[in-house]
Amino acid sequence: MRRGLLLLPPLAMLALPFIASAQDMPGSMQAKNNTAEGGKIFKEICAACHLPDARGTGAIPALAKDANLADPAYPIGVLAKGKGAMPPMDDILTPAQMAAVITYVRTNFGNAYPQPVTEADVKRLGKP
Amino acid sequence: MNDVTQPSRRQLLTLIGRMGGAAAMYQAMTALGHAAETQFTGPPVLSGAKPGASVVVLGAGLAGMVAAYELEKAGYSVKILEFQDRPGGRNYSLRGGDSFTESDGTVQKVTFAPGNYVNPGPWRIPHHHKCLLHYCRQFGVALEPFIQLNHNGFIHSSDAFGGKPMRYREVAVDFKGHTSELLAKALGAGALDQSVTAEDKEKLLEALRNWGLLDANMAYTSSVHVSSQRGYDRPPGGGINGAPTPSQIAKLSDVFSPQVWTAMSFYFNYVMQTTMFQPVGGMDMIGKAFAKHVGKSITYNAKVTKVAQNGKGVTVSYQDVPSGKVNTVSADWCVCTIPLSIIRQVEMQVGPKLAAAMKAVPYAGHIKMGLEFKRRFWEEDDAIYGGHSFTDQAIGQLSYPNDRFFSNGPAVLLGAFTSGAGAFQLAGMTPAERIEAALKQGEVFHPQYRKEYLSGVSVPWTRVPWILGCTSRWSEENRAAHYQNLVALDGRVVLAGEHASYYGGWMEGSMLSGLDAIAQIHKRASAA
Ligand SMILES: Cc1cc2nc3c(=O)[nH]c(=O)nc-3n(C[C@H](O)[C@H](O)[C@H](O)COP(=O)(O)OP(=O)(O)OC[C@H]3O[C@@H](n4cnc5c(N)ncnc54)[C@H](O)[C@@H]3O)c2cc1C
Repeated sequence: MRRGLLLLPPLAMLALPFIASAQDMPGSMQAKNNTAEGGKIFKEICAACHLPDARGTGAIPALAKDANLADPAYPIGVLAKGKGAMPPMDDILTPAQMAAVITYVRTNFGNAYPQPVTEADVKRLGKP
Repeated sequence: MNDVTQPSRRQLLTLIGRMGGAAAMYQAMTALGHAAETQFTGPPVLSGAKPGASVVVLGAGLAGMVAAYELEKAGYSVKILEFQDRPGGRNYSLRGGDSFTESDGTVQKVTFAPGNYVNPGPWRIPHHHKCLLHYCRQFGVALEPFIQLNHNGFIHSSDAFGGKPMRYREVAVDFKGHTSELLAKALGAGALDQSVTAEDKEKLLEALRNWGLLDANMAYTSSVHVSSQRGYDRPPGGGINGAPTPSQIAKLSDVFSPQVWTAMSFYFNYVMQTTMFQPVGGMDMIGKAFAKHVGKSITYNAKVTKVAQNGKGVTVSYQDVPSGKVNTVSADWCVCTIPLSIIRQVEMQVGPKLAAAMKAVPYAGHIKMGLEFKRRFWEEDDAIYGGHSFTDQAIGQLSYPNDRFFSNGPAVLLGAFTSGAGAFQLAGMTPAERIEAALKQGEVFHPQYRKEYLSGVSVPWTRVPWILGCTSRWSEENRAAHYQNLVALDGRVVLAGEHASYYGGWMEGSMLSGLDAIAQIHKRASAA
């Protein structure tokens, strides 16, 4: 399914509703979120569940003071493939956007892992 | 007629079922015009329950309540534990006087006028969801049409048609016209001669001319003929100025905006096809109808924290939410319908395969918003009666009320229904910011918005405390690895809910899974 889509121009790959699944869904196609800045991506995507201060809620884990973030492979894997109830973000965010937001979270909310995560890291470590 | 040589349809099916197993039976039923739509063929017949056999059901959504209803009917003794103070789960409606508390503690108060409501979760029922419709009929839940396809709704895309909303009718007819012209050109140039016979080519050209409303030159051009489908600049009238004037067709490059074919193909979905229904007065009428029958077995405000089992039975621990006091319930069997998105909060004593399956399924995050306006300007000014308008903005779509057309006074429309990036974006805002975004984006369709606005409520499912998500989102890989493990009886515990079905995100799936769960229990209990 995903492989087939690669033949189409990039436009068509983005923001597709979950056509593959049969769940109740909107009938529209969303404009691509082009935000490049990590902090903004956090606010526009991640805060919906992890909350604006990254403290999490109930079954949704906190990202504040999160030792799991020390190794970039962990957050990259979660974003690219999903984990538990969290869906994969690869249909919403580009590798560059994932890198930006991971770098942001790793250097905020009481996390201090200053080494930036790059688009190349995401492409390398986020492969299925 | 001699009924030996002419078996009744039922006899025939029984025979086929016996000889070829379920698959042959299903195929045969389809050929005879039965089944196909859903796997529901009638409520289960659970005969011969052991006296005193008991089941504890976790969650009073539709999966839990249909299971409890049929178990009680069969003679089982049933207890239901429900975290909230109401039945129905995701099957619910918000009305004036209700409040909604988000997982971070934010409270929204709903101030809609009496009779007005929004369905934050389920809102439409396909005509082929026979299990759900069976119980609506049985319990006397009044249903009315849900206006799905409205040709007069709008389509909006920021980068097509100059950002101007177009009527669905206009863009769908233009899409059909432009693609027909292109295909006719390719055929005319002989580009497809390898693929079609001369005879089929003629047939196809004839089809394209009529289907695409092409002119004598096989071109799609503005005309009164085309306007008979896409609408007129001046519609037909009477007397002196009776003659209509045509509307102008849109440019090909605009018409190929993905928003156009997305909407068109949306209506082709099996689960989105007309006729669709909604309960009169709000979706929660269904949950309430079930509660009339099983309500006395429900303990509300009961937060399940632990499910333990051994060879003899199940013991469930739960916390009485107001007092914090922990109680236990014991039973022979357990049906657990707690959504997988939050199940890690419950200590479940189950085998490793089921434990792995419970952790594997991601949840989608939709948001819905209900906006109340002083009057039905979409009907009065824009001639839109029910149905949807679609946009590429974060709000995704507007949906208009399907009931009480032409009435005066305040009415509620769905001001946002969206998933993915748009839903996350809106969910991350405060309730006031969400309303502001919905008004700003919805104004694209209806400039009357600000003047007529009264109040609104937003329900981001990722922040609904008792689920923290919307519906399960299975991938093919996950299905292959985990589905059978998720739905199989594990000792004395079986899972049910929309996540335990191939109809995820639909009430039909919840209920079919609830019925399958109790069939498994009954079979095992009867064998013991
Ligand atoms: C936005 C949206 C739109 C939808 N649109 C449609 C539609 O148009 N048509 C359609 O048919 N379906 C639709 N659905 C799907 C439908 O709502 C679900 O499939 C169905 O209602 C789920 O029923 P359930 O019994 O499986 O789960 P639920 O209704 O979620 O029931 C689970 C119950 O478990 C309770 N619970 C949770 N934790 C605990 C605990 N620890 N202890 C005790 N109890 C607990 C919950 O409070 C809840 O009552 C939609 C869903 C959403 C969210």
